[in-house]
Amino acid sequence: MEVLEIARWQFGITTVYHFFFSPLTMGLAVLTAILHTFYYRTNSDQYKLLTKYFGKLFIIIFALGVVTGIVLEFQFGMAWSEYSRFVGDIFGIPLAIEALLAFFLESTFIAVWLFGWGRLPKGIHLLSIWLVALGSNLSALWILIANAWMQVPVGYVLNDGRAELADFVAIMLNEQMLVMVQHTIIAAFVSGGLFMFGISAWQILRKNQVEVFGKSARIALVFTAVSSLLVATTGHTQAQHTVQYQPMKMAAMEGLWETEQPAGFSMFAIIDQENQTSRRELRLPYMLSVLAYNNTTSEVRGMIDLQSEYEATYGPGNYIPPVTVVYWSFRLMVGLGILFILYAFTGLVLWWRDKLEHNRLYLKAGTIIMFLPLLANSLGWVVTEMGRQPWIVHGLMLTRDGVSPNVSSGSMLLTTIVFTLVYGLLAAVAVYLVHRFAKPGVPEDKDTMVHAY
Amino acid sequence: MDFQLIWFILIAILFIGYFILEGFDFGVGILMPFISKDDTDRRVVLNTIGPFWDANEVWLITAGGAMFAAFPHWYATLFSGFYIPLFLMLLALILRAVGFEFRSKKKEVWWRRTFDQFIFWGSLIPALLWGVAFTNIVQGLPIGSDMNFTGNLLHILNPYALLGGVVVVFLFVLHGALFLSLRTTDGLKQRAENIARVLWVPIAAVTAIFAIMGYWNTMLFEGLGLVPGTFPTLAILSFIACFIFIRMKMQGYAFAAMAATILLGASVVFYGLFPNVMPSSLDPAYSLTVYNASSSQMTLRIMSIVALFFVPVVLAYQGWSYYVFSKRITRDAIPRED
Ligand code: HDD
Ligand code: HEM
Ligand code: HEM
Repeated sequence: MEVLEIARWQFGITTVYHFFFSPLTMGLAVLTAILHTFYYRTNSDQYKLLTKYFGKLFIIIFALGVVTGIVLEFQFGMAWSEYSRFVGDIFGIPLAIEALLAFFLESTFIAVWLFGWGRLPKGIHLLSIWLVALGSNLSALWILIANAWMQVPVGYVLNDGRAELADFVAIMLNEQMLVMVQHTIIAAFVSGGLFMFGISAWQILRKNQVEVFGKSARIALVFTAVSSLLVATTGHTQAQHTVQYQPMKMAAMEGLWETEQPAGFSMFAIIDQENQTSRRELRLPYMLSVLAYNNTTSEVRGMIDLQSEYEATYGPGNYIPPVTVVYWSFRLMVGLGILFILYAFTGLVLWWRDKLEHNRLYLKAGTIIMFLPLLANSLGWVVTEMGRQPWIVHGLMLTRDGVSPNVSSGSMLLTTIVFTLVYGLLAAVAVYLVHRFAKPGVPEDKDTMVHAY
Repeated sequence: MDFQLIWFILIAILFIGYFILEGFDFGVGILMPFISKDDTDRRVVLNTIGPFWDANEVWLITAGGAMFAAFPHWYATLFSGFYIPLFLMLLALILRAVGFEFRSKKKEVWWRRTFDQFIFWGSLIPALLWGVAFTNIVQGLPIGSDMNFTGNLLHILNPYALLGGVVVVFLFVLHGALFLSLRTTDGLKQRAENIARVLWVPIAAVTAIFAIMGYWNTMLFEGLGLVPGTFPTLAILSFIACFIFIRMKMQGYAFAAMAATILLGASVVFYGLFPNVMPSSLDPAYSLTVYNASSSQMTLRIMSIVALFFVPVVLAYQGWSYYVFSKRITRDAIPRED
């Protein structure tokens, strides 16, 4: 394999892996802070124990987010040095600010919170978990400013073969970022909410401390219901943005080869990238125009037209991303999003009828559904990143020009394999530990409350 | 204003802060197996750095990010050139962090032994590799006209650079021992003090050999002749002061003197490099300097404003967290396991 291909696999593997944990961290940090606030307000032991319990699971997941994050920070320079030279002027800013503003906040206050039980005034202790929640969500904001610029570059001038900063405010308020950040943070809330609900459901099924876990289940349910609706609406906004700024990505997401007016939404298709057609296609007429422009008449451009347009602008080349993967990833993500909405609202109905604790089928489903947001998150990124190909910075730099020229394919392959194996092992240990600490339920006596390594 | 100079200094400060802070927690990680008599001791040792190590590591992440933003070519050349050593360092840092978080989560001996190994090697390897990396930089690297490193791994692992790695490990061990003597009680405190007292002389000897060899092996002392210069002189003095404080059992001062030694020693490196950041051994014209490796003025200016506002805030709350957790850790503080 070529260096380029391995480097891409490595980036994909390490980032997706990081992004298993980051959204859970972001969501669970907020939920733990909410539990802690309930405890602060009511002074009830049940909430205190719940806070500790979910805090313990949170910290295992947090640890993996942290260790995998460091790799990403260095990876741009290690494997994508030409890219780093090209974009450093702009891309480095949010990365540096992220570390300064978000990571310091998180890492300092997570320790203050964990080791601070019983040592700090209660208000300060509560504040510290909220600062952790703020920090982890802020880190998403900054990293997405960086990523959004790769999707839709703004506020730059080309100088000496590098993209240099021209308008800082434009980069900070990149519209692409504004739509991404809402969707990503809320998707993280869905991830955290379903996780907390799944754990609570599991304990209720096991008839372990049903009363306590009924409380956390309800908090998680409300949180998830609201977030799951918002994930769909923000996703819709994002799609409308994509059709304007990255029309090729949108066409690939829809498997749309020919320009259509009005455009139909494809439900199923077997995509034949070589011959640039789709077979056995099932289409809902008008629906894509509705999704993309909120009307039944607008034109949506197809990949064949866009390809010739791009060739005219950027010179000969293949500007069509891998369609099958993008098309199906998008469908699966949206499908999962709809599933989460249905699931959460079914739960609210059950609660309304006072049956939440008794519907075993529903609870069992919860113990499985809790893992699916991880899939939905990864699929969303596959759409975003693969749909951007062959560009690493849309319209400015091709992925193949970004890779480090002086790293051998042997080194690249070795590190990819080792990272993958180590990550696999870590994931196994983490799942084992979460299971082990989740199982006994909230601690009965308060001596086990002290945190220590 | 010369923003390149400001950012060079800021990045130097971030790295130096990283070496001072993570330096003691690397040292603690390396000492843990040797200084502890039983598992409770080991947990005491880990808890002395428990609330701090993660935030200490963020100094490195920030240094990396700042380097990316302010000197993209420095970031790109350094990180792609040291690809394999950095990979090893990342692996070590991953295993170490996991070791901290997971070791005490199960009582089984094999479990704890495994994670103890992660902590030990995960502290030793990065310390060694930072020494190797910075020694290489001051030795000069085969950097070509396109700013890319053209050497190979064997080049990086040359004997003098390895000696540099060993020196850094030793200094961090001493730093860690002094930190432990401030944060523990009774037997552990006693042993930490002894280690510092016994190790100072051999560490000073190795460091002196390394420094003197630096006259022939590096680009740091060119033009200085035999006069060491301000930073080296102050570094030597503070290192000697550290010894005196250890002897006088003034551990707090000894720790501060050790921190000053690291600060001044690293300043020798950065001061000696300037205006280069990665000197080329092939042709001085190929060297990366703060001027040809930097971002645009606008980026540097904006970053300076951000730093001006937020660095003090970060320093304030980090300092506060050290204050909150300033109590010594006793064996009784470790939760009992039945
Ligand atoms: C729990 C996770 C989750 C769920 C249920 C959904 N998404 Fe999503 N989606 C993400 C998690 C995600 C993500 C991982 O967070 C992405 C990747 C990049 C981004 O900004 O968010 C994403 C990207 C993303 C994109 C951007 C593609 C691009 O770069 O242009 C669109 C258009 C949608 N989503 C649309 C939707 C719609 C219409 C959903 C309907 C319910 C939906 N998503 C559910
Ligand atoms: C600031 C955030 C991010 C940046 C700067 C970034 C940048 C990159 C770069 C440089 C590549 C390599 C070129 C390529 O093959 O596409 C890449 C690929 C990829 N990234 Fe991202 N990425 C970011 C976030 C993410 C996240 C959070 C995920 C998923 C969880 C992700 C998933 C992927 C995948 C799957 C690929 C491989 C695509 C392919 O091989 O075609 N990225 N990204
Ligand atoms: C591809 C570029 C990325 C880089 C360079 C990166 C870097 C990092 C680093 C260095 C950490 C560790 C912080 C610590 O030590 O406390 C971290 C953690 C984190 N990252 Fe990433 N990250 C990337 C992608 C993302 C994305 C796209 C998001 C969110 C949208 C994200 C969200 C987080 C969060 C919430 C944490 C907190 C710790 C945790 O998740 O457990 N990261 N990241």
